[in-house]
Amino acid sequence: MNRAASVQNWLRHNLFPDAFSSATTLLLVAAALWWLPGLIDWMLLQAVFRADAGACHAASHAGACWGVVAEKYRIILFGRYPYEEQWRPLLATALLLLVIVASGRRRLTHRALIAAWALALPAFFILMGGGRFGLSPVGSDQWGGFPLTLLLATMGMLLAFPLAILVALGRLSRLSLLRTLCAAYVELVRGVPLISVLFLASFLFPIILPQGLSIDVLLRVQAGIVLFAAAYLSETIRGGLLAIPAGQHDAAAALGLGRWQAMRWIILPQALRAVIPSMMNSAVSVFKDTSLVTVVSLYELTGSLSLALAGDPEWRSFQLEGYLFIGLIYWIGCHSMSRFSRGLEDAGIQPAMR
Amino acid sequence: MHVAVPPAPTFAKRWRSIGLQVLIAALLLAAVWWLLDVTAANMRERGIRSGFDFLLEPAGFGIGESLLPFDSTDSALWALAAGLANTLRVALPAILISTVLGTLVGLGRLSPNLLLRKLCAAYVEALRNVPLLLQLLAWYFVVADLLPAASEALQLAPHVFLSKSGLSLPWLGGEGGLLDLPQRGAMNISGGAALTPEYLALLLGLSLYTAAYVAETVRAGIEAVPRGQTDAALALGLTRLQLFRLVLLPQALRAIIPPLTNQHLSLTKNASLAVAIGYPDLVSVANTTLNQSGRAAECIALIMAVYLILSLLTAWLSTWLERRSGRWADRS
Repeated sequence: MNRAASVQNWLRHNLFPDAFSSATTLLLVAAALWWLPGLIDWMLLQAVFRADAGACHAASHAGACWGVVAEKYRIILFGRYPYEEQWRPLLATALLLLVIVASGRRRLTHRALIAAWALALPAFFILMGGGRFGLSPVGSDQWGGFPLTLLLATMGMLLAFPLAILVALGRLSRLSLLRTLCAAYVELVRGVPLISVLFLASFLFPIILPQGLSIDVLLRVQAGIVLFAAAYLSETIRGGLLAIPAGQHDAAAALGLGRWQAMRWIILPQALRAVIPSMMNSAVSVFKDTSLVTVVSLYELTGSLSLALAGDPEWRSFQLEGYLFIGLIYWIGCHSMSRFSRGLEDAGIQPAMR
Repeated sequence: MHVAVPPAPTFAKRWRSIGLQVLIAALLLAAVWWLLDVTAANMRERGIRSGFDFLLEPAGFGIGESLLPFDSTDSALWALAAGLANTLRVALPAILISTVLGTLVGLGRLSPNLLLRKLCAAYVEALRNVPLLLQLLAWYFVVADLLPAASEALQLAPHVFLSKSGLSLPWLGGEGGLLDLPQRGAMNISGGAALTPEYLALLLGLSLYTAAYVAETVRAGIEAVPRGQTDAALALGLTRLQLFRLVLLPQALRAIIPPLTNQHLSLTKNASLAVAIGYPDLVSVANTTLNQSGRAAECIALIMAVYLILSLLTAWLSTWLERRSGRWADRS
């Protein structure tokens, strides 16, 4: 078949298979021709890229004002963190991202990974908080922007994971009281919106804890996110545990393993492996959900955008460009995570049952 | 199939299990008692009163827009009811829009047309990977700041005006006529039904975001029907439409309805993000009540209780629908 014929064949197969589909194609192409020039005009040709408010106002929304990002990116990315010290959150974020990516690549041995995490997490807190190694102390009320988003999401998943395993095991326990308690916790949390859990963490934790034990708002909100994420995660893990065939339990028992030994060495590893893709979905949700902490006045990425623009009369009319900018950051994070999980599924990380 | 029959628990094992549970119960009670004790002490010290009596006192604040008639001298309980009505006022239309749009996008992802398939995939990818809160804030900004002022309102259709102040639509009633038509004046738009920018942004944001999830649910449900079913139906000479209506849909619905009701429930819970853009939904009103009365525990408990009841109702409705759709599928 010659080249022209194969192109024609491809077109017929993919774009003009029947009358209805051909009409759809023509309609979509027409719509693209109608909209795209205007969009490209707005995004690129008439856009203002310099941090020049005058030029932006002169363009009067006929072109995007990307200059708002050029002007404000430091506040958008790092919130109220002291300007001179912003290399610290930058370094801390880079370090944590590096370890997260390394964990996903599966090139390192388990031991190297655990060591990397054990180094990166304290390093993150020391860089952010300071007060050691000659770094000036920066209170957690001044942390903000992307580092805060990353911290809330990472710690949210890391801490929710063991809690979720315990709750999932609790729901499969032989003790009916334990089963009921774990089920009540999961159903309660999954039945209410995250905002109400964050309100609980921010308004109620200070009242129900003893006077001396006042913990700051970041820690309280983090606890709220962990409690919320663990409920969803535990359902995923429970699904994995229930999907393990009874033969595995029988075989473990036949080998003389006790119930808990079988759980630890035979059942749990297979179950967790099987639900990695679903757990990545939870991670995506937690990453997106961190944006809600702006409602209880923590300035993570979404909050720090409002911090940067809402109060500035010169720039506040270009918030849409700001939203698109941080939307892109969220999108890259979520998209990489779901691509990673799809990659695992394609590579056959499914229940290893042999 | 071999079914593992657990050996009957021995006498000792049973007593150990009972003992453990008594221990758990005791620990739990002790923890709760300790927390209550600490809480009571804290509240005494800070002079925080407790109880639900504030619900019957005048709310002392206004609500921007309300389906139920409300003013600040009405009770806090009535304010919360108005908030709940506002939640449902945005959630129910959004559920409808997101289901219809999501179904179309989900079907589009399975279309033989490459262009349509890619477009629908791009929609899902773009909307699902950005936090809903961010989308809501962006929509609110677009509606309330970037649209023209009311005096230069965009006319979308005869007597339908869109501007910074919201959307004005013809509505039933009005003086001397069946339809009340909005008219553009020199300064503002009068008459008809007006939807506020807050409501519009929330409705738009919730609908478009949830539609992406509904699309995935619909696609997965249809893909779950074995390929052989399609082949067999086509071999029998069914048209594409008949294939879809008689073979694919009834089987796919069983796989679609449970996760779909979950999406609807998520949407209702996500409506609580209204607090960020100032639409007076249940959580927003409860938050204001909390700040006015200082009864944090009571207000948060109320929010949670209402949402739990909504969840239970939805779960019940979902089971009922599942049973019905099962019967429908069996009959056809």
